[in-house]
Amino acid sequence: MSSASLLSVQDLRVAFATEEGVLQAVDGVSFDLGAGEVVAIVGESGSGKSVTAQTLMGLTRADNARIEGSVKLGGEDLTSAGEAELRRLRGDRIAMVFQDPMTSFNPVYRLGDQIVEAIRAHRPETGKKEAKARAVELFEAVGIPDAGRRVDSYPHEFSGGMRQRAMIAMALALEPEVLIADEPTTALDVTIQAQILRLLEQLNRQRNLATILITHDLGVVAEVADRVLVMYAGKVVEQGTLDEIFYDPQHPYTWGLLGSLTRIDRPRPQRLPQIAGSPPSLLDLPQGCPFRPRCPHEFSKCPQLPDLEARVPESPGHCDRCWLGPEEKRSKRLVEGQIGLEAPGS
Amino acid sequence: MALVLFVVSVIVFVVFMVLPKQNPAQTLAGKNATPELVERIEAEWGFDRSLPTQYATMMKKLFTGELTSYEPRIPVDDQIIEKIPATFSLTIGAAVIWLFFGLLLGYLSARRPGGWLDRALTGVSIAGISIPVFLIAPVLIYFLSYKVEVFPNGQYVPFSEDPWEWANHLILPWLTLAILSIGIYSRVVRSNMLDAMNEDYVRTARAKGLGERQVMRRHVLRNSLIPVITLFGLDFGATIAGTAIITEVIYSIDGVGGYAAEAIGKFELPQIMGVTLYGAFFVVLVNTLVDVAYAYLDPRVRLGESASK
Repeated sequence: MSSASLLSVQDLRVAFATEEGVLQAVDGVSFDLGAGEVVAIVGESGSGKSVTAQTLMGLTRADNARIEGSVKLGGEDLTSAGEAELRRLRGDRIAMVFQDPMTSFNPVYRLGDQIVEAIRAHRPETGKKEAKARAVELFEAVGIPDAGRRVDSYPHEFSGGMRQRAMIAMALALEPEVLIADEPTTALDVTIQAQILRLLEQLNRQRNLATILITHDLGVVAEVADRVLVMYAGKVVEQGTLDEIFYDPQHPYTWGLLGSLTRIDRPRPQRLPQIAGSPPSLLDLPQGCPFRPRCPHEFSKCPQLPDLEARVPESPGHCDRCWLGPEEKRSKRLVEGQIGLEAPGS
Repeated sequence: MALVLFVVSVIVFVVFMVLPKQNPAQTLAGKNATPELVERIEAEWGFDRSLPTQYATMMKKLFTGELTSYEPRIPVDDQIIEKIPATFSLTIGAAVIWLFFGLLLGYLSARRPGGWLDRALTGVSIAGISIPVFLIAPVLIYFLSYKVEVFPNGQYVPFSEDPWEWANHLILPWLTLAILSIGIYSRVVRSNMLDAMNEDYVRTARAKGLGERQVMRRHVLRNSLIPVITLFGLDFGATIAGTAIITEVIYSIDGVGGYAAEAIGKFELPQIMGVTLYGAFFVVLVNTLVDVAYAYLDPRVRLGESASK
């Protein structure tokens, strides 16, 4: 996998200086992404997943931001690239689909023109007509009916699902190698979510597109991801293949996430289980494991932060940050015979 | 629009014709009018009839250009039309200047919020906002046309006579009128742009790989113009109907504002009525134009356009 790696993220750290102090939004994220692969980054709000995604695009650059580590796309490092360099790469080789299709298009320009703008920003020699024809093709490729007429629509004339399709069309305009989808289905109806996921999956297969999917929805992950990173309070607490994460999860936080899924193949519980408490403030992290205050399995080693390392001998690519031994984990993660996190005090 | 004009006209009617205790005919006739004249006006305006009839008579006079000052006897319409070029030269010129500099300074400020240029421009615009017209005008006249004779002191030269002198005479009045608005507009443009910069679509524009300049002009500036246009509609009306009066008086420009000031000073009712109603009409017209411009800038407010969902 690493030999064919297209995008390589090494120890990415993003900190923002705020009035209340330095906020470490992303703390040491590393992963490789090959062509045609889908890596999902999962976590609650504030876990640093969106900041990670935006940093890959160079969108978090600001006077108060400190970005460390490297993001290599081919031979180029996106974290240290100059503004002009970055401008050349984004949209062209690495593109992004945003969460809210309602606000992510400029309301005053026609959708087609916004795509034309993207094309001509990178290929200034493309004529307006040619670029427009390309926009129509893209609209067709993402399944927008009557594409020839709809490219002349304004964003407010589209429904949410159609707008997200248009957003994906725009991201694909220059045939990027890497597509980052930041919560692409969160703002959509459930039925539309499935359509958009299917579209992303189909594009990923047809175009051999390397995809980073940011989401808080494990159901979405289960459908499309090859590999998964689980983030909590800016740190990756567990990462592995889809099967490793779903069938042999090592970190109590992952257990909690899996336990709170509604499952159609199991009897419905009285109440949907949830993880007690709320994520810690990034300005006031507990010492050691950030999940410690919410974890029912906390013990004497937890005030020290464990490294992210392989702890299951059979699967060297499966890493986590929990001190518990593999056998202990196997017994502790079972709540009424299923993977989950015990309610505190039970 | 028609409704607004109707309400304004009724208010003018009530204020000038119904409320005063004095016989309105007496007022219309002027200070030194003969009893015969007062009587004739009374008959002409129908002050002995019902109020709606009186109102209808007033409106008819207004629209047919029969509104006349009685001393001397000149139709008010003609007087106003004759003075409109001066007023329009003053206000439109000032509006162009304040829009241009307001946008430019606002744009420069917003590019690096908190930078030295932003701070300097903030100081300048606050000074501009704080200095009243009646202070800035004499100061400008004193320094730029009296101490150093750079610009002529007031007066109006028609454009058709001499375009160069026209502009030369108007520069100080233009600046006087524009300085306040430049201050306000640069602040408004700046804050609108800063708001727009946080919009998701600006992030999208960056993610597409657009250059910073293109992001700022095409995406940020364009969207921050929408509220500015609304403000402009109101301000332009207020300038014509208010601030221009002071400026015209100070610079002795023979325009509608000066005419109104003179009429108010002498309490010449027909003139005041004419200026008020035509002024109101003009303000409403400008605001209608603004609505049209709005639809051009923001497709979401366009009505009855194709491509429904």
